[in-house]
Amino acid sequence: MSDNIMSGADIVIKALADQGVEVIFGYPGGAVLPLYDAIFKQNSIRHILVRHEQGAVHMAEGYARSTGKVGVVLVTSGPGATNAVTGLTDALMDSVPLICLTGQVPTHLIGNDAFQEADTTGITRPCTKHNYLVKHVDELSGIMHEAFEVAKSGRPGPVVIDLPKDVQFAETQYSSPDEINQRHYFEKVTGDSEKISEAIELIANAKKPIFYIGGGCINSGTAACKAVADLVRITGYPATTTLMGLGAIPSSSPQWLGMLGMHGTYEANLAMHGCDVMIAVGARFDDRVTGRLDAFSPNSKKIHIDIDPSSINKNVPVEIPIIGDVGEVLSQMLNIWNQKAPNIDSKALKKWWNKIDEWRSVNCLKYDQGHDSNDTIKPQYAIERLYELTKKKETFITTEVGQHQMWAAQFYKFEKPNHWMTSGGLGTMGYGLPSAIGVQVAHPNSLVIDIAGEGSTMMNIQELGTMAQYNLPVKVFIINNEWLGMVRQWQELLHGGRYAESYSAGLPDFIKLAESYGMTGMRAKHPDEVDDVIKRMVDEPGPVIADIVVSKEENCFPMIPGGAAHNEILLGLNESQEQTQSEDGMVLV
Amino acid sequence: MTNDNIERHVLAVLVDNEPGVLARVVGLFSGRGYNIESLTVATVSEDDSASRINLVTSGTPMIIEQIKAQLERLVPVQKVNDLTEEGPHVENEFALIKIKNSGPERREALRIADIFRARVVDTAVESFVFSLTGSPEKIGSFVDLMRNLGDVEIARSGVVAIKRGKKTTIET
Repeated sequence: MSDNIMSGADIVIKALADQGVEVIFGYPGGAVLPLYDAIFKQNSIRHILVRHEQGAVHMAEGYARSTGKVGVVLVTSGPGATNAVTGLTDALMDSVPLICLTGQVPTHLIGNDAFQEADTTGITRPCTKHNYLVKHVDELSGIMHEAFEVAKSGRPGPVVIDLPKDVQFAETQYSSPDEINQRHYFEKVTGDSEKISEAIELIANAKKPIFYIGGGCINSGTAACKAVADLVRITGYPATTTLMGLGAIPSSSPQWLGMLGMHGTYEANLAMHGCDVMIAVGARFDDRVTGRLDAFSPNSKKIHIDIDPSSINKNVPVEIPIIGDVGEVLSQMLNIWNQKAPNIDSKALKKWWNKIDEWRSVNCLKYDQGHDSNDTIKPQYAIERLYELTKKKETFITTEVGQHQMWAAQFYKFEKPNHWMTSGGLGTMGYGLPSAIGVQVAHPNSLVIDIAGEGSTMMNIQELGTMAQYNLPVKVFIINNEWLGMVRQWQELLHGGRYAESYSAGLPDFIKLAESYGMTGMRAKHPDEVDDVIKRMVDEPGPVIADIVVSKEENCFPMIPGGAAHNEILLGLNESQEQTQSEDGMVLV
Repeated sequence: MTNDNIERHVLAVLVDNEPGVLARVVGLFSGRGYNIESLTVATVSEDDSASRINLVTSGTPMIIEQIKAQLERLVPVQKVNDLTEEGPHVENEFALIKIKNSGPERREALRIADIFRARVVDTAVESFVFSLTGSPEKIGSFVDLMRNLGDVEIARSGVVAIKRGKKTTIET
């Protein structure tokens, strides 16, 4: 077996290849030079050189979320690792499977405040699912393979492997994945059949039911999404999706009520508030979804399907918790449902749908787009046109964080899972551009659009360099209102219109910025230019920055103010000119 | 429907004996705002591969459920047993108590120590060190009495606990 003796750096690369990794997003530095040497000497794994380590992690997130694979990041010690922390936290919150390899000073220097030393495992402990410090090369193969299992299994998440430089040089025998003894770490996959029967009973007898579908469904895979769509169709019940769950069921389904939550639709939120049976599928009752907890869906019995036991009864107590993989549990449910073919109360259901149609007729997302010469572009209009002109293509959408993100969630529609990448849990500004790069690397021939705000996109604007280097034809579609719009909206609503530090002064000319990177820049200032810019952007084979100059004062509605209940949803500013929020609510973010 | 009563729970957490495992457990509690009333840890397996963390915490039933679920999510955690929930168990704590005094207080300290079955493990002209084992309440009341009799220094181990009867925590 002496032919299996190799250096730690080679073991890392071999293990990545054996785990099916095709691409790494990284940035070199002193503590990872042996690893970069190993990358140089092989051809099976591609390396994408980023401009900042945070960008690398978001790229890996975009890659992972659009493919269902594990994303891989490689950064150096100290600042390399600390720069990755925001991305790791983002991946933890949004359950994205990642492996982040960090260089570390040699083992004998650890703890000596050596150059570019940081306590990486200490710093990343709360922002990873698990992390490792490899102290001896003999542990390396095992840790590499175990890390992939940890990242992928259960509720997915990021895993850091800290690699001291001497371990990268040291030699030992490599072990392949099947030679590794797995630890006791595994997750319950199939659901408890008794609980499932109870759930079926409850679902079948519901009078005002709703499916509440989250990102866990997408994480579980396309089979899970198909199963949930089937269950929704067979029952004829209404369904709403969370921000992370967009695309889990086709938006073209007439049973889909749109997104729920703080900026969700009127009908979705009121249906959640008024339902008698809630079927939560891979969703975690986030505060953006629930609003005021003690007024959240007060009269419903709740079924909660989730692979993560710690997500059950965390914020909202549920009557029937089912722990297991969403896809497995749903196929168990479908089997039983099809066998029993229960009679649902179609009269009650019809009444419920009539009520929902009443709410729908409010048309909560309406906006007025004028086309006179002095009219400005409404952000909603720009995104709606973007959707109309790109929906026939295989299009992936990423976003930054803020108003444009919520408008994108409201106006861009998804038929399939894994085509919508946004920072939901952590709300990381600067997510969209690098994430789009990761998506484009995974899908080189697809249309990838970062629906951006001018504020957020500046937070990782350096990644234009990565786009340029690899000629990745990402389209950055900037909804430019020159304001940190969501901050400005809250200041308008809650802080008496005192716009402290929310104006984006000193913005670049995005056309010139694009051109300086050898990309194409374009701009739309009038509603009538929007279609033309979008068409030119889509037809352009290379990367594009499209600067869509929109009206500055537009606010994002509907809105459930912090600390309010679903039925206190605001449809527009005219009904909330006075401060509508309680003092308790103001404290909430 | 939700029960907001604060309950005290004794948890036995079996973990892989590896660097950082205690930091993971403690970080989980501080990061999520849970209480730790006491915590002890020592290796318990023949080959030193596993340690047992005896942990006393408090919270509403919903929080206690969260704590257990969150602990079980940690990769090096093998098993979490809620001894309070699982039935009768023995709780014990060990303490060393130094008291500095003289004269009649000194004799009184000895007399109380006798009542509590505390052993004298060190003595000097103006001090004793007592060693005492028992429930946290017993140690607490002993310490309270001693405080009246002089300057006191206390070293307490924190609670260790085990189920009554023949069943081990591994079996439940």
